[in-house]
Amino acid sequence: MPELTVNGIAIDDTFAEAFDMRATAIVITAPTDRWAAQAATTMTGFATSVIACGCEASVESVQPPEQTPDGRPGVRVLMFAVSTAELQRQLQNRVGQCVLTSPGSACYAGLDSGEDKLKLGDAIRFFGDGWQIAKRLGARRYWRVPVMDGEFVCESTTYLTKKAVGGGNLIVMGESASKTLDATEAAVEAMRGVADVIMPFPGGIARSGSKVGSKYKGASASTNDPYCPTLKGAVDSVLSPEIASVLEIVIDGLTSEAVAEAMRAGLAAIIELGPARGALRVGAGNYGGKLGRHHYHLKDLLP
Amino acid sequence: MSPLTFSLRDGPEQRLDLSPLIAHNLAGKTVAEIERIEVGTTRIRVSAGDIFRVREGDRDSILIEGGAERFDRVGMGMSAGSIRVEGDVGVEAGRLMSGGALTIAGDAGPFAGSGMKGGTLDIEGDAGERLAGPLSGETIGMSGGVLHARGDAGARAGDRLRRGFILIEGRAGPYAGSRMIAGTLAIGDEAGDLPGYLMSRGTIFLGRGATLVSPTFGDCGDHDLVAARLLASYIAQFSAKLANLFRQPLRRLAGDLAALGKGEILLPSR
Repeated sequence: MPELTVNGIAIDDTFAEAFDMRATAIVITAPTDRWAAQAATTMTGFATSVIACGCEASVESVQPPEQTPDGRPGVRVLMFAVSTAELQRQLQNRVGQCVLTSPGSACYAGLDSGEDKLKLGDAIRFFGDGWQIAKRLGARRYWRVPVMDGEFVCESTTYLTKKAVGGGNLIVMGESASKTLDATEAAVEAMRGVADVIMPFPGGIARSGSKVGSKYKGASASTNDPYCPTLKGAVDSVLSPEIASVLEIVIDGLTSEAVAEAMRAGLAAIIELGPARGALRVGAGNYGGKLGRHHYHLKDLLP
Repeated sequence: MSPLTFSLRDGPEQRLDLSPLIAHNLAGKTVAEIERIEVGTTRIRVSAGDIFRVREGDRDSILIEGGAERFDRVGMGMSAGSIRVEGDVGVEAGRLMSGGALTIAGDAGPFAGSGMKGGTLDIEGDAGERLAGPLSGETIGMSGGVLHARGDAGARAGDRLRRGFILIEGRAGPYAGSRMIAGTLAIGDEAGDLPGYLMSRGTIFLGRGATLVSPTFGDCGDHDLVAARLLASYIAQFSAKLANLFRQPLRRLAGDLAALGKGEILLPSR
């Protein structure tokens, strides 16, 4: 694969291929930072990939009290799915089981506009068994549902965007597992500073990148053997002898621009760390360009 | 562009119906045509030009210089633009308004904001009885918008309120929020007897309690409500004084249990 080198790190002349998705955002608040984070963490558990989780979700940012609707500490969560119906189902199940239940929580729309609306409190309010109260404040409407520690306040609806993109990615390759992880962590940390994106895998990082298809019936994806360092000598590997570890960062964004911005920030962080302490090479995953509408060429995103 | 200005010549000799003097009714009319608009309510014909000196200006921004207790139905039915009255007004100011901003720089008579559906009505002085309430035979009162009275309000403020906000910075007379269907009524100072009489839903906030609260409201104890924080930040854009009263632990009374009972009175904790 033709490549160029920046600060001693080889950059593959390739692109990340990403897909159109449906996405929404909510803001969760609580009496303390800890409980806002707890509700969001619980709600975004088991939400790494639409392949088996139904949605991809993660905390996008921590919101200081002065930015939240109720003036309490909050976090903004983004959630991505392949259809509006699935996004609605995941949203109401996750908010109902994980945010409603979390002590002191409240839940608000995290998008101000979009092509459509999703039910938020409108789906949860029935928990109030007739004691729920609606309160309209200007253009926004909230439900107050009595619960055992007071009231769960939840905005009626949130917006949905059809312009979201899922599957932006960077593949980080290094000479050891620890250096590769350091470089990938640095990239994720930089990407967390970009608005409107999440990296849904554990800590933002996937070690089990997959290829489409499998030798086994019924499995739609399987291990990405050309990138597995332990198979370097056994398969048609893309790894050179010095590569001993490969990690992937998957990025979902509310807009294509946000995904590109996150990839740019991640690349810059990896390049800044340099090959001695971090990665030797950076690539990206694609399917030949035929499956996804969005292509992010690494050479266009270099610092 | 300066506002279209109506300057009061002398105190009117009869009650006036000023409801024609709203933006959408004046659009496209010349000053001469506006001066010919009938505003009288008796057999003696009175036109706008008899009462006011009219000065050319923006039809969407109306200024009435001077006021009188006989100025009835100011801004009635307005849907856009602004009207400012520099003085008192009579009955039904802003009745059925659906948008725009009406400011009364003096006192307003009974039924101000009656049945209003949207927009903002700002009364800088006191308001008469049945603020925002329905007229006889009507089933609902105010159903949207924000009504802000900076002084006191008379009896039955917010009668049959359906939606929207009524913010009274001063005192309210007896039966405030009677028969409320929903919506929010906030009273900064003490309310008279029996606030929320037969209310079914909605929120009444009493900044300094009431002279008598009905025993048909059930005490639900003191709470730090997230909803009160949302109410405070919304109300703050209209009244910092009232907003601050929401920013404290509040006692919740559920009622009126003699009716549907899904409403509430909130007041500062004891």
